[in-house]
Amino acid sequence: MTPAAAVPRASTLRQVDRLFRDRPVVPLVALLALLVLLYEVARPGVVGPTWASGIVAFAIPLAILAGCQTLTMLTGGIDLSVGAVASMAGFVTATFVAQPGGWELGVVIALAAALAAGLLNGVGVGVFRVHPLIMTLGVGLVVLGLANAWQIATVTSSTGVPEQIRTLGSDRFLDIFPYSLVFFAPLALIILVGLRRTGYGRLLYAVGDNPIAARLSGARAWQVLVVLYMISALMAALAGILLMGLTNVASVTLADSLVLPSVAAAVIGGTSIMGGRGGYGGTLVGALILQVISALLTALGQPEAVRQILFGAIVVLVAAAYTRVTAES
Amino acid sequence: MTADPELLLDASDVAKSFGAVVALRSASLAVRPGEVHALMGANGAGKSTLVKILTGSVRPDRGRIAIRGHERTVHSPGEARRNGLVSVYQEPALIPDLDIRANLRLTHTPIDGFRHWINELGLARLDLSRHARELPLASLRVIDLARALSIEPDVLMLDEITAALPANLTERVLEVIGRQKGGDRCIVFISHRLIEIAAVCDRATVLREGATVGVVDVTRGSEEQIVELMLGQPVQGIAAAVRDAASAAPTDAPSRLEARGLGHGTKLVDASFRLGAGEVLGVVALEGQGQDELFDILAGAVRPSGGELLVDGRPVSFGHPADAIRAGLVYIAADRAEALLMQRSVRENIALPYTARLPGWGLIDRASERERIDRAVTRLQIDARAGNEVRRLSGGNQQKVTIARWVAGGVRTLLCFDPTRGIDIRTKNQIYQLLRELAAAGASVLLYTSELKEVQLACDRAIVIFGGRVIAELDAVDADEPALLRAAYNLRAGAQIPEAIAAKAVEATLARGDAPGPPPAAVAADAPADPVGEEGAAR
Repeated sequence: MTPAAAVPRASTLRQVDRLFRDRPVVPLVALLALLVLLYEVARPGVVGPTWASGIVAFAIPLAILAGCQTLTMLTGGIDLSVGAVASMAGFVTATFVAQPGGWELGVVIALAAALAAGLLNGVGVGVFRVHPLIMTLGVGLVVLGLANAWQIATVTSSTGVPEQIRTLGSDRFLDIFPYSLVFFAPLALIILVGLRRTGYGRLLYAVGDNPIAARLSGARAWQVLVVLYMISALMAALAGILLMGLTNVASVTLADSLVLPSVAAAVIGGTSIMGGRGGYGGTLVGALILQVISALLTALGQPEAVRQILFGAIVVLVAAAYTRVTAES
Repeated sequence: MTADPELLLDASDVAKSFGAVVALRSASLAVRPGEVHALMGANGAGKSTLVKILTGSVRPDRGRIAIRGHERTVHSPGEARRNGLVSVYQEPALIPDLDIRANLRLTHTPIDGFRHWINELGLARLDLSRHARELPLASLRVIDLARALSIEPDVLMLDEITAALPANLTERVLEVIGRQKGGDRCIVFISHRLIEIAAVCDRATVLREGATVGVVDVTRGSEEQIVELMLGQPVQGIAAAVRDAASAAPTDAPSRLEARGLGHGTKLVDASFRLGAGEVLGVVALEGQGQDELFDILAGAVRPSGGELLVDGRPVSFGHPADAIRAGLVYIAADRAEALLMQRSVRENIALPYTARLPGWGLIDRASERERIDRAVTRLQIDARAGNEVRRLSGGNQQKVTIARWVAGGVRTLLCFDPTRGIDIRTKNQIYQLLRELAAAGASVLLYTSELKEVQLACDRAIVIFGGRVIAELDAVDADEPALLRAAYNLRAGAQIPEAIAAKAVEATLARGDAPGPPPAAVAADAPADPVGEEGAAR
């Protein structure tokens, strides 16, 4: 009979399935290793500590922005304003370089502005129940407009990327260890531990999994969401400032191209866009995977158009494959 | 392998595992044409899984399924339907945002046939243009059944069809099922209510822990045999133990919760009652008499439109469930999909109330949390082997998790809304026993149940709600099934229950909804029997 014959194959498959479901990071790390191997084949001899530290340095702003998406996606939301908020934060910081108070004041003002944008997102989503997609897209546009207005207002003053931020963003200790990692590692740790070991982290999952159950247990979702979108905006601002240091560019659209990859990194990392499932560990690997794919496409010397097509296609494929293997049979 | 062509459906040696959890080890089911066949088993025995395999929504790991002697592999519900296998699942399978007619069209259901069966089932007044969302659960179940009948399947599988039905609809459903006997088709009937099994079924297949342990001819006295097969050990003394605890309850305790004329819209008009400390107060009502609104108000989910609520003698006003919880009122919903985080672990589900409010947002003390949760898991005897994701637990275990959530931290006032719906006898007894223990420790329990027989078992007193009013109050000794039913239909003691009034009362609740229909008093007034005035009955 067929079922008997099918048993061994089915059980192996099931083991793989179970591995994917219970430890989604394992297959992702395998995929990452495969991509690195491909890179080594495509450009022999390049892969090494210096190459890796470059990948990590470029992946950090993406990983922070993907953190914003992970946290908001856990509640069934999304934050599309991160691109505008990140760019704005970098740009505002840059305009204060030659002002009294210096770039430090600029950072404080940029973070305050980001928190205000986050508050707006949070109140819109949490209190007025606007769909997060619409709300954050709208707020992103408002932030972009305000940043443009700020650009016009400060057109006479000189802007520049502060030396210290450039060091933090792009320099490496002994040419290997990116300084930005010193900044990023504690942040990542806070998110990882926060999601697992704090009541607030549990609530993000609870609100995303079943808002009715969370409410009946006494959780006030609006409080959770207002705080969440403020955290997200704050993280986006920090990512923007780092990105400015990394690229040595201050522009009001600097981080726009990272919005889609930030969502993709979270999805590839196993966070469900419907809420209630996922975590930051997968997202970190997801961000690295995207960074390596992008480096690989550059290394293959393809024109920009081909790179875009391949990048988009690969993101969709990985996300689709991932959803398929982790779904309940 | 040869199959017996006499059998309409013959499934043997069916096995299915979900991850580490074995749902079915070796289940078999053989049904003949023209019979009503009961499928019995405690919660988690694998009944629902077997039905899902037979109707193609779950793939078995192993096993053989033959329909009219021909071996078949059923890959999807559509294929099952083409093979003549149709099932009515535990949850209504209607799309809430479509009206009934669109729902029927979606499943290619012949409308005339549906009309015929819905009349037979006692919902002649159903308006097909109503959205499924607006209809009460009981009507949705009946609609599901009528839809399945009008497809005219060879094998119709009914999973807990009567679980959410009021008494008069249950009677109609059983009558229609009974009339299917002797024809060419057969019905596989799943229910926890032995009385129903005895009333309509010819034979019963009993599952225990994923395997078929016996096939019994249903005759007078076979209930004992079925129960013993189901439990694997003779059941004695559990019910008696619960009853003993009940009789020890205090009678003149201080008032914990007092409702004075609570109202909400047109559904709840005047709910007044008193719940004492250490007391279990039963709430009895037909479907849709305002009990849902009453519990929503007490749980803080909706605000009352009138009346007063006192907790420990002080007036309170709840704007959010968190307010009710702070006042010590916690709510256990009947709908487990409403109460649980299905993708999260047993631990997170039980701990949810601790992290819900601002002071709980910080770092979790894992040691004390584990201790607290282990205690609750042990106390409620939750089988948490599949505890990583609550959705993989059986229905009874899920229900225990919703209760453990509130019991874990000590409870003052427990609001239970039909906590034993669709749960096997043993789990039911555990839950009632737990309620009695909580009451003995000083907690107050308000218990709405659709299982009238169990009121005497678990409650000290019972109130009856009809048409949005508390119309009667009975002591446990007087609250036997006939007395409660009479009160629930708002009939004078000693009067018969005419079918017509019963149907009218339920139909009135169905007709009400978007437009404020006739006031409940008017419904009672049409009735030939003299209704009890509210002043007369409420004490």
